[in-house]
Amino acid sequence: MSKIPENSVGIVEPQALHFDEALTLVSGKVIEQYDIVYETYGTLNGAADNAVLICHALSADHHAAGYHNEDDSKPGWWDICIGPGKPVDTNRFFVVSPSNLGHCSGSTGPRSIDPKTGKAFGPDFPMLTVSDWVNYQKRLAEQLGIKQWAAVAGGSLGGMQAMQWAIQFPDMVRHSIVIASAPKLSAQNIAFNAVARQAIMSDPEFYDGRYYDHDTVPSSGLKVARMLGHITYLSDDAMGDKFGRELKNDQLNYDYGAEFQVESYLRYQGESFAGRFDANTYLLMTKALDYFDPADVHGGNLATVFETVKAKFFLASFTTDWRFSPERSREIVRALTDAKCDVSYLEFDSNHGHDAFLVKNDNYTGAFRAYMQNIEVSE
Amino acid sequence: MSELRPELEKICEWIDPGSRVLDLGCGDGALLAWLQDNRQTTGYGVEINADDVLSCLRKNVNIIQADLDAGLTDFDDDSFDYVIMTQALQALQYPNRTLSEMLRVGKQSIVTFPNFGLWKHRVHLSFKGRMPVSKALPAQWYDTQNIHLCTVKDFEWFCEERAMTISKRDIVDYEHRPNALMKLWPNLFGEVALYQING
Repeated sequence: MSKIPENSVGIVEPQALHFDEALTLVSGKVIEQYDIVYETYGTLNGAADNAVLICHALSADHHAAGYHNEDDSKPGWWDICIGPGKPVDTNRFFVVSPSNLGHCSGSTGPRSIDPKTGKAFGPDFPMLTVSDWVNYQKRLAEQLGIKQWAAVAGGSLGGMQAMQWAIQFPDMVRHSIVIASAPKLSAQNIAFNAVARQAIMSDPEFYDGRYYDHDTVPSSGLKVARMLGHITYLSDDAMGDKFGRELKNDQLNYDYGAEFQVESYLRYQGESFAGRFDANTYLLMTKALDYFDPADVHGGNLATVFETVKAKFFLASFTTDWRFSPERSREIVRALTDAKCDVSYLEFDSNHGHDAFLVKNDNYTGAFRAYMQNIEVSE
Repeated sequence: MSELRPELEKICEWIDPGSRVLDLGCGDGALLAWLQDNRQTTGYGVEINADDVLSCLRKNVNIIQADLDAGLTDFDDDSFDYVIMTQALQALQYPNRTLSEMLRVGKQSIVTFPNFGLWKHRVHLSFKGRMPVSKALPAQWYDTQNIHLCTVKDFEWFCEERAMTISKRDIVDYEHRPNALMKLWPNLFGEVALYQING
């Protein structure tokens, strides 16, 4: 039995809410009804002004902190930042962490049953955008009695949601925490996503997204997609430090098996991901990333978009992150300073690449905590 | 104002209430925090040192972690009423570039630096034959961050050459008291120089 650390939120249980009111999406499509799975940590205060929304990235879900049972080997994905005494201090804040619409871990998504057909939605599940997620998250806030978030926080795709919240509902967000994110994807970012999608869609088990009906999953495609993604999350240095050219066995076999440790590691990562994640959800999530571009409606001028924003911003980036490099965060900073918004921006040394926002680092968590401590909440 | 360095107190007197301020090399953010609370200013500090950045966050000062030598590309032309840089000029790799960047983003710029022309420094070098070590310049030559020291004369010559207008000047001692000798011979008796300049 694993011992749960003292600064953990402890054992947590996911909750679910059903929403009957149809949600009209940016694409014009409508989701008639849906379920949202979420976790909460801490307690909502009387004034309901201490709520923090946590937005997850591509492959994470509602389980951001704590453990599901005593024997859980790993805590939630952002446990280094959420808990008593941690940056998002659950002694002060009430934390809400949902699984996004379109996800495969309980919230309504492509794997859910379409009540109209009695079959899984599959490819018929409508395309989603970051803005659509902010809209359902607003309804979730209302259901939970939250009129304004003390902060909306996330890394990567989660940071995009935090940014979009401040833009879309300026009166509902006091602080926007945007970590290892970008104002929009670059051509290279989109290219990586396109290859990942092609890997999934060209798997013979994909059946145009209707693989559920054939009682199979495109696991080899999803595995390749994840392997590719994983390379972009790590830095060259981190991979070099971890694996170098180390061999799996003592000698070369001169065959196509996993000869180098890095091959074996990637295969393992791909397989474990393919075992738990839904391919259609992966496709949807990468498209939501590709579509994100809040400045597009203003002729590409992000500063104009930020002019109506009221939230204060905290941005952070990591030196070896080449997926969303420090330069991408600085684009956001530049737009915020042009729009005269309050912003603090920090750049941390780390050799963990894009994944650094999930890795314990005292400079990073210390600065994040210092910022969060200045957020005023009622007793 | 008791908690502020004397030199910063002087600068506070120069800042109009409600101004938009950029503080380059802002250290622990003391000046910006004071200005925010007492002069209702808005703006940002720029600092590279991680401990100082953390202090700024604790003081609720907007802080952008960046290297001044890399330029002020995050900021638009004329976007601040004042751009301040205290005791950092001499530690920059490219002080000339940073000064012109300051004039680009600020309507007014305020710069302070230790006057290397001070008689004590001259005596130190002339008679001891060694690089001056003093209260303002406590480090030894091999580990000093002050790689671009200048005198009052040097700075004013630089401003003239670059067509920068000096709108205010204050030459004081380390406690920031002016005295008669400094008025007469600023380059010989001034310990700290404060300038307000614009393009």
